[in-house]
Amino acid sequence: MNLTLLILLPLLTAITILLLRNTAQVKWVALTGSTLQLILAFYLLFVFNNERSAGNTAQMLFELQYNWFPAWHISFHLGVDGISIAMILLTAFVVVAGILVSWNITKMTKEYYFLLILLSMGAYGFFVSLDLFILFFFLEIAVIPKYLLIGIWGSGKKEYAANKLALMLMGGSALVLVGLLGLYFSTPERSFDLLALAHFNIPIETQMICFPLLFVGFGVFGGLFPFHTWVPDGHSSAPTAGSMFLAGISMKLGAYGCLRVATYIMPEGAKEYANFIIILSTIAILYGAFATMMQKDLKYINAYSSVSHCGFVFLGIGMLTKTAMTGAVLQMVSHGLMTALFFAVIGMIYERSHTRQVNEMGGLLKVMPFIVSVLFIVGLCSLGLPGLSGFVAEMTIFVGSWQNADTFHRVATIIACMSIVVTAVYILRAIGQTAMGPLKAGFENLTDATWNEKLAAILLVAGILAIGLAPSWLNNLISPATDIITQKIFPMAIGVK
Amino acid sequence: MNELFILMKSELLVTGLLFLLLFIKIGKGIKNESLLLIIQSLLLVNFIIGFFFNKEGNLFDGMFNTNGLIALQKSILSLGVYLISLLFADWFKKSEHMAEFFMLMLSALLGMFFMISSGNLLIFFLSLEMATIPVAAMVNFDLDKKISSEAAMKMILSSAFSSGILLFGISLVYGVTGTISFAAMPAVLDGSPLMILAFVFLFTAFAFKLSIVPFHLWTADVYEGAPFATTSFLSVISKGSVAFIFMATLYKVFQPMQDVWYNMIMLLSIVTMITGNLFALRQQNIKRFLAFSSIAQVGFILVGMSSNSPAGTASVVYFILVYTFSNLAAFGVAAAIASQTGKEKIDDYKGLYQNNRFLSWVLALALFSLAGIPPTAGFFGKLFLITAGASKGNYMFITIAALNMIISLFYYLKVVRAVFMDKNDFPVEKITIQFSTKLALIICSTGIVLAGIFSWIYDYIQALS
Repeated sequence: MNLTLLILLPLLTAITILLLRNTAQVKWVALTGSTLQLILAFYLLFVFNNERSAGNTAQMLFELQYNWFPAWHISFHLGVDGISIAMILLTAFVVVAGILVSWNITKMTKEYYFLLILLSMGAYGFFVSLDLFILFFFLEIAVIPKYLLIGIWGSGKKEYAANKLALMLMGGSALVLVGLLGLYFSTPERSFDLLALAHFNIPIETQMICFPLLFVGFGVFGGLFPFHTWVPDGHSSAPTAGSMFLAGISMKLGAYGCLRVATYIMPEGAKEYANFIIILSTIAILYGAFATMMQKDLKYINAYSSVSHCGFVFLGIGMLTKTAMTGAVLQMVSHGLMTALFFAVIGMIYERSHTRQVNEMGGLLKVMPFIVSVLFIVGLCSLGLPGLSGFVAEMTIFVGSWQNADTFHRVATIIACMSIVVTAVYILRAIGQTAMGPLKAGFENLTDATWNEKLAAILLVAGILAIGLAPSWLNNLISPATDIITQKIFPMAIGVK
Repeated sequence: MNELFILMKSELLVTGLLFLLLFIKIGKGIKNESLLLIIQSLLLVNFIIGFFFNKEGNLFDGMFNTNGLIALQKSILSLGVYLISLLFADWFKKSEHMAEFFMLMLSALLGMFFMISSGNLLIFFLSLEMATIPVAAMVNFDLDKKISSEAAMKMILSSAFSSGILLFGISLVYGVTGTISFAAMPAVLDGSPLMILAFVFLFTAFAFKLSIVPFHLWTADVYEGAPFATTSFLSVISKGSVAFIFMATLYKVFQPMQDVWYNMIMLLSIVTMITGNLFALRQQNIKRFLAFSSIAQVGFILVGMSSNSPAGTASVVYFILVYTFSNLAAFGVAAAIASQTGKEKIDDYKGLYQNNRFLSWVLALALFSLAGIPPTAGFFGKLFLITAGASKGNYMFITIAALNMIISLFYYLKVVRAVFMDKNDFPVEKITIQFSTKLALIICSTGIVLAGIFSWIYDYIQALS
């Protein structure tokens, strides 16, 4: 399959949207484009599995390379492995759901959909690029749409949140840029190519400097503690689809970068700094969980819980075992679906009740059974109920973490495990207050979900269930790719350390 | 004789245009509209001709050099002047002294052409003066505005001062080396303290023209006082031409002293970026805002210049091309708003998007390009400058440059925020844009979007340098 299609299709959709004048047409074009992209993503999964079962063991499949700036040795180099495909599928799901959820937007519809599609194009491009220059290019493409989405269509302290997000993310990308240049000039032939860099052993001194730069830089995008402060503000001020994209796709860009670029290219650096990563992520997991307990606003609850859940991703990366890293990728996918669904549901409730404060709601199950049922599912997924994706991902991370036999790793694992109890507390409390009890006055006439909202919710719930009930397909997709990364860190060990 | 025509094609064309204007003015028989059309088409020809009949060679005993890269640089400058003539067509047509304005602008341009081609300190000094003095008159073109006269005064005084310093530097150089020819100089440069002193004087003169901190103090006032057409000429064409010749002198003439100038450029680049950015943060007037932003951009150009390699040359030339598109688009939008409403404050731009979608998007695109956000060409321009600068292995310098991109993003976003997000009960009303202005804005936007993605533009420049 030609991977440029994954970038061209959103680009064409975006350009078509710009040319249209009628808002109804805009919506349908956006929906058609993103649905086609979803189909394309499934087709990619299909052909990928076919190739693999036919015995193609190349690290990256469907590679294509085109010299872009020959003077700088920059090439337009695309390719996918299991991790990228998992991320592309996640993106496709979230984009379709996001477009369905924002069906009723009336303010500057054309611009809104244009920016959503542009943002998704950045994500697709990021996940398929094998050249660090174009990876960086796509990473930055996604920043400005986020800024405008929050600033124009957001609510609350939107300007502040938009500015904070844009500046922190640009700060992160400045660190990434310096790290990338360090890598570029450390190779004799001056290359930005991911595979070439990975096969060339970067000098240890360069790794010691560039690993923290790249990891922290991407970590800012992924909500790494203590650079997570844009997450709560950004998520809670963004419009519904904006929050879904931010938490579901955009934070994953950072985590993917940490894994694919920082850890894979610089294994020595990863070993050196792994303990820092574990400490930071453990703090994030606990701090995020406890901070969520104090929140009254549904969006803030989900935003802070995102910090906690993304902490698991970094914990999985920091543990440096194959199982834990597979768990980290599973957690990226799972959290992406779950949090997008959570924000979608919050948006649906807010659109009807015009409040997001938990204590102002109550008994909503009576008037909007569908929406609240979805809220239950997503809440249970968030607290790790077996059968849903959250459990699969977190369990894999814990198992992988436990494979490290020393006290430090064990203690970190135990602390991280304990956060699940806190998660249960805040999730059950929030859902209980929202859904149960007597119906508050003024909420009697609220309606249940419309067709588009139902479709979006069903799509994401299907994703969650597909991972939760039958995780093996995703696991088999991801683990060969994570194996390559861990093999590079511990070349002697086969499988488990 | 034939060689003269080919090597000096751009200069001869501009000179011809100047005489044409002069005769028409004396004969006073032609309407502004048709005259403008003639000027525009000849400028376009001048832009295109830079890509053909290119030959390397020199004239008048090496006083005048040219090659493919220099021809390209002249083309970029011609393109800038062409875009200015389109962007401010409305203002030109209304002015009764349009022909004079173009005579001044074209003689400055002619001076710049000679400056870029100069192979000798004497012709360099002459052409630098020729490129400066008409601009001072252009600054004062709105004769009834007191602020313009003040700006012109500031400009002429500061450039007289810098010319004095330059002459002093030239005399020291001649005293030490015994030659004023660029080609003969590298062999006799010995890096003695007196030579370094002479170089510092020369450097200062360049720094004045490029408004490198601490020689930037005239910039904001002059930009604010001058009419928009002059301000954009100053900030794009004038800066670009000086940057070209500055780079050529550093790389070719002062190559033996590269350790000396690398440190100077690095320090001044850091100071320039930081000062420009920090001052831009608190500007309210859009012209002053763009003035400080262009100071910060010059700091960025110095990052690429510090690399002392063909890649550095290519990235600087490319960046100036991109900067021409971006800055002219920003000035064009600001001028369109100012000419109809008289509003020049950033606060007045609040809610601009409500009535002026086209202008808002062009402005946003220009500012994103200046901030270096993909997919605009500014991203590629800045990245190439930084990559070129990083080849020296000085990562502290590169980190500071990268962090400065964040500060600059903050103030560019301030304008974007005003345009798109802030509420205003009395937003700028619908502005009618002339066709030619619109055309120029579309050319600029297309350039901003495509100059980066179409990599052959960069490849073309790289192949020449």
